[in-house]
Parts: sequence; structure tokens; C-alpha cells
Amino acid sequence: MTGATKWAPLVLFILLGSALTYGLAKPESNTIKSKMVGVSVPSFTLPAAVPGVPGLSSSDLATGRPHLVNVFGSWCLPCMAEAPQLKQIADAGVPVVGIAVRDKPEALQRFLSRYGNPFGAIGADDASQVMMAMGSSGVPESFVVDGQGRILQQQIGPVNPEDVAGIVAAVKAAR
Amino acid sequence: MRRLLLALALVAAPVLADSDLPPAPLANTQLPDAKQEAEAKALMVTIRCLVCQGQSIADSDAELAGDMRAMVRERIAAGEKPEAIRAWLVQRYGSWVSYEPPFDRVTWALWVAPILFLVVGALIARTSFRRRRV
Repeated sequence: MTGATKWAPLVLFILLGSALTYGLAKPESNTIKSKMVGVSVPSFTLPAAVPGVPGLSSSDLATGRPHLVNVFGSWCLPCMAEAPQLKQIADAGVPVVGIAVRDKPEALQRFLSRYGNPFGAIGADDASQVMMAMGSSGVPESFVVDGQGRILQQQIGPVNPEDVAGIVAAVKAAR
Repeated sequence: MRRLLLALALVAAPVLADSDLPPAPLANTQLPDAKQEAEAKALMVTIRCLVCQGQSIADSDAELAGDMRAMVRERIAAGEKPEAIRAWLVQRYGSWVSYEPPFDRVTWALWVAPILFLVVGALIARTSFRRRRV
């Protein structure tokens, strides 16, 4: 056996070992990005989640005005934490609409009177069906949707204070 | 007192992580048609839960898994093919959501490697047997 073939198995073993160790050591990411970014919002119609605020349908998102679609629930802690930021975004002139996942009207009403209501419309998604259709895997998530109803951007997790400017800019830049 | 509060917080946090709506009707109820239920079940064990990411939606107790089971059963009952439902989910969450890996640009090595190893093994065996005969 020549030198090269003699050492080849050891070298291969070390290469494989380092690749596997690297894969194990790298922290695993468990956020699931929606593959619907870049695609039109799937067609849906949701009834009003609370009396006094209209429900939401996909045709409301294709009226020529870009929107921020917030997937949330009154039972979700980070959704309470992001409420002030959504208010800021709405105050900046961005139309914000909500998809309330698995929510009760009374609980949602309490949530809105306690944390404010930035939403122009809130649809009741009682069995998470529209959430799934959007490729969203939890609450809260927010989608920037352009005037034709195309999803431009997905925010996974709460909208933090440092995200506000970027989201407002993204919606303003959309058509 | 602080300990008690801490213990209470530990109990309360998971409670708050779930909504207070009951599970969707078809989340934990089998379809009346046994053949359709078998189809739905076969699909559900190969779809990954988006919350408990190591479990299938058939195994997971997460609320979203319940809603996904309800969705699968409703569509099967409406006559949709299981593979169409899988494709619908893959279109939204990527092939990661399915426990049946497709043959594509990323996964081809996984499918081809065993065949390759078999061929290499056969070649090695052939040369070493031949040497012994001499």
C-alpha cells in the first residue's frame, strides 16, 4: 500500500467526524419561515371576531392599499407585549388588520380595551385554518402585504420597538 | 411567599400558552367512514407538528396539531387526496413539514448513498475474495 491510500481512511474519518461535530454543535433553529412570502394571500373570508370591528377577507387585502396583517390571540403573552408597537405602526398611518386565532369575543374585547385597538378589521380564525393557509406556525406573526394582496415580508414573533421603523418603511414602500 | 409565587408562575405560564377555545370537532374524533379515517391517519403520522417539532400531528397534543388533524380529516371527508393535502402543507411550510422526504436537489445524496455503498462494498468484497484464491 502506498502512503496516500494508507492514510485515506483516517483522513476521511476525521473529515466526517468534524462535519458531524459541527452539525451537532450548531444551534438548531426552530423558526419556520413561511413559503408564502412572495405569493398572494390565499383566498379566505373570516367573520368578525368582536362586535363593532369588521371581519377580514382576502379581498380586503387587494384594494390597492398595502397592509400589515397581524396574526395574534388575546391569550398569547407576546401579543400583549407587541401591542404598543402595533399602535405606533397604526399611528404612523399604516393600516393594520388582525387575524385572531382561537379566540373568544369576550376575551378579545377585554384584550382590546386593555391594550388598545390598532386594528381596522379583525377576523376570527377559530380553528387556525387561515393561519395555516398563510404558512404561519404560531402567534404572534405579522405579514407585510402589498396593495394587490401579495405577501412581501413575514415577521416571526412579536414586533419589538426596534422593528417598528423597518415595518412602517416596508409598508410605505409597498404598492 | 416568593417561593409560592414562583411555583404559581411555573404552573400559570403553560396555562397561558394555550387558548381557551375547545379543540376543533375533528381534532380528536375519528371520521365515521373507516376507510377515510385510515387514509387520514396514514397521512397524519407523516406530517410534522409545527409546535412539538419532533412529533407527528397524530402524536402531538399541541393545539395547532389538533387544528391540523381537524383540517386533514375535513379535507379527506370532502374527498381530497392525502397527497394533495401534503402538497398544500409543503407549499406553505416547506418539505420539512413532511416526514416523507422527497427526492430533490437537497436530499438526493440520502437516497443514492446506500446504493453507492452497496456497490462499493460489492467491489471490495470481489477484489478481496479474488486475492484469497491466489
